[in-house]
Amino acid sequence: MSEILSELATAVIEGNSDDAIDLTEDALDDGLEPQNILDNGLMPGMDHVGVEFRAGNMFVPEVLRSARAMQSAMDVLKPLLVEGGVEMAGKILLGTVKGDMHDIGKNLVGMMCEGAGFEVKDMGKNIAPEDFVTAVKEFNPDIVGMSALLTTTMRSMGHTIKALQEAGLRDQVKVMIGGAPVTQSFADKIGADGYASNAASAVDLAKQFAGV
Amino acid sequence: MTANLTTILSSKTKQVEIYRSRPTVMIGERINPTGRKKVLAALQAGDFDIVRQDAISQVAAGAVVLDVNAGVPGADEPALLKKLMQMVMEVTDVPLCIDTADPEALAAALSVYEGKPLVNSVNGEERALSAVLPLVKEYGAAVIALCMDDDGIPETPEKRLAVAGKIIERAGKLGIPPEDVVVDPLALTMGAESNAGRIALETTALVVKEFGVNVTMGASNISFGLPDRKYINSTFIAMAIHAGLTCPITNPMVSEVMLAVLAADLAMGRDEYAMNWIKAYRARNKK
Repeated sequence: MSEILSELATAVIEGNSDDAIDLTEDALDDGLEPQNILDNGLMPGMDHVGVEFRAGNMFVPEVLRSARAMQSAMDVLKPLLVEGGVEMAGKILLGTVKGDMHDIGKNLVGMMCEGAGFEVKDMGKNIAPEDFVTAVKEFNPDIVGMSALLTTTMRSMGHTIKALQEAGLRDQVKVMIGGAPVTQSFADKIGADGYASNAASAVDLAKQFAGV
Repeated sequence: MTANLTTILSSKTKQVEIYRSRPTVMIGERINPTGRKKVLAALQAGDFDIVRQDAISQVAAGAVVLDVNAGVPGADEPALLKKLMQMVMEVTDVPLCIDTADPEALAAALSVYEGKPLVNSVNGEERALSAVLPLVKEYGAAVIALCMDDDGIPETPEKRLAVAGKIIERAGKLGIPPEDVVVDPLALTMGAESNAGRIALETTALVVKEFGVNVTMGASNISFGLPDRKYINSTFIAMAIHAGLTCPITNPMVSEVMLAVLAADLAMGRDEYAMNWIKAYRARNKK
């Protein structure tokens, strides 16, 4: 791996957006392929963040900063990647379910999945089942991710899955869920395809679904 | 500055008065399956010992009011909430804070409660105002008003103040006096938004100045995602007490938080001859 890519990974790990942009531009000037910069600069940086976060060595604000640095660099790379016809790992639709205003965990999942090469559409919070259905039709995602922090709102996850079934869309997406009160057995009960207990695990799960 | 109002809560046998010149009223947060998978699993299994224990130990640790939340997915919430409240009332005599988002569960809980409870909560959303406030009036309860409405959670203290004002006004129209509205300025997560603490503190000060009402806060959220949370929580709660917080919803069993509250009360001149501070010291050092 070239010097500049390892510096780029460091910029992501340290959450330094300005450096991440500069280094990405420098790497492009040096003639490196956008895909190479993503795969060997940004992604290893974000992977490292995921590992350290899960181990309890990095904390939420640091992950948010890293994700922001990653996104700043992606703003530079994305048009070039699209131009070059590069395939993303897959499309993920995300939202916090109806009645629930908590979005920190969901935002982390979104940013870390982007960091792992997914195209992410984040619908925000307080998203009703019918709005998930509409968005699945429009965005055509491979994966639908739902988040809830409250025991009283997590049941809306089941309602959303049911709504997807009724709309005939359930089989074309994988559904993953998470949030403080959510458990694997709850995921099994409502017929979700997977549960992740933290943002880094959610990325692993999404990769598993996408076969990457 | 508006006069400080007094919110009175009661159980069958006990009355608690909340006002700004008395020691901080701790509302115990632990009877709540949200974010406590152990409690959730126990309730799902029909095991209520943990609820009784949480009630007793929180009161022993200094809680003066207990929050009761029965948000168990798939459960019959009205029935479960009533059951949990009855259970807590059997083992303690403190007033309760009825914590539910379901108007039906709230009505059921209010109908069996003896005394004047605190309802947790209403917010500025039209749907919540019209569902919750009439029940609060009917049963003569007090209510927590969250500073958010149909547009979400406002980002500035001034806008949150406006939401608080709207709820106080709507309550007043139904005959609920302002002293029975306890405002929650919303302490969000500082790890995701660095200004979250400052906004909550400034909102608190504005609300106190404008309306003189009592102020509550779920004061643990603030440190989510950060290491050494108890030190953040304890420092923040002391600062919030200075800003005007009178009845935090928190875990009284975290000694750092409890000590910060006692020290803040002392610093605010609400602990005459430091009797509460000394008493707590002796209790800690007993045996």
